[in-house]
Amino acid sequence: MAKIHLTLLGACLCLAPYGAMAQGAAKLTDPQIAHIAYTAGQIDIQAAEQALKESKNKEVKAFANDMVRDHKAVNEKALALVKKLNVKPEDNETSRQLVQQAEAKRKELSALKGAAFDKAYAQNEVAFHQQVNGALQSTLIPNASNGELKDLLATGLKIFQGHQQHAEHLVQSLPARTGALAH
Amino acid sequence: MRRLAILAVLALEVPGVPASSAGATQTVAMKGIAYEPKQVTVHVGDIVEWANQDIVAHTATARDKSWDVNVLPGKAGRMVMKTPGRFDYICRYHPNMTGEIVVEP
Repeated sequence: MAKIHLTLLGACLCLAPYGAMAQGAAKLTDPQIAHIAYTAGQIDIQAAEQALKESKNKEVKAFANDMVRDHKAVNEKALALVKKLNVKPEDNETSRQLVQQAEAKRKELSALKGAAFDKAYAQNEVAFHQQVNGALQSTLIPNASNGELKDLLATGLKIFQGHQQHAEHLVQSLPARTGALAH
Repeated sequence: MRRLAILAVLALEVPGVPASSAGATQTVAMKGIAYEPKQVTVHVGDIVEWANQDIVAHTATARDKSWDVNVLPGKAGRMVMKTPGRFDYICRYHPNMTGEIVVEP
């Protein structure tokens, strides 16, 4: 696969859900882009699994099930593609920072219960999809060099834009946050 | 058994409930996270069939909640249009997918 590079700094700024990451300029390749996209999907699956375990809200659980189903489908497609292209997704600083931030968010959410958890989870789903979609649109898709990878990322973007809208509707339908903590 | 038969008949009377009555079939592709064509015009009694060509499940869900069809990847779902009117619909999973069915008398 031809390697077209882009600045890691740009990708990090777009993907950073909660502020810019401290990151020096570097280069990303298609294997790294694939790894970032796959990691983002895995992060959302894990967040959904946390919601399925914690939430008792029917709408929140339905949304979480949708996230598991869709992100698994996209990631399975991504794995099949990298196998076909004989490419090994490559871990990189952006992926690692995404994982670290997701872990911090998971801990933050685990301190919440009931309606407070539901609202925080839904709000985070909006923010996370917003940031990932921004990165796909402005950085990952334009800089992917392989046509099939580019197409899959573009399909993923449309799916995730749907998720963002869905999450926005979910946030609106839930009561305001109470800030209730776990006991 | 009799109760099931009655329920089945009632279901056929509800607008948009999947049914097997004869009528022209209009196919709408679910492709690239969009309905294609976005708008179709049919007549009362016609069948609308959604063929999901995407890698994820979709629905065709009337905004007025009068009908809802779930379609898995690679599968098709259909329903008979029994009530005239304009029906805006969306995918519940991906609300950026929007379409319209115009049902003429």
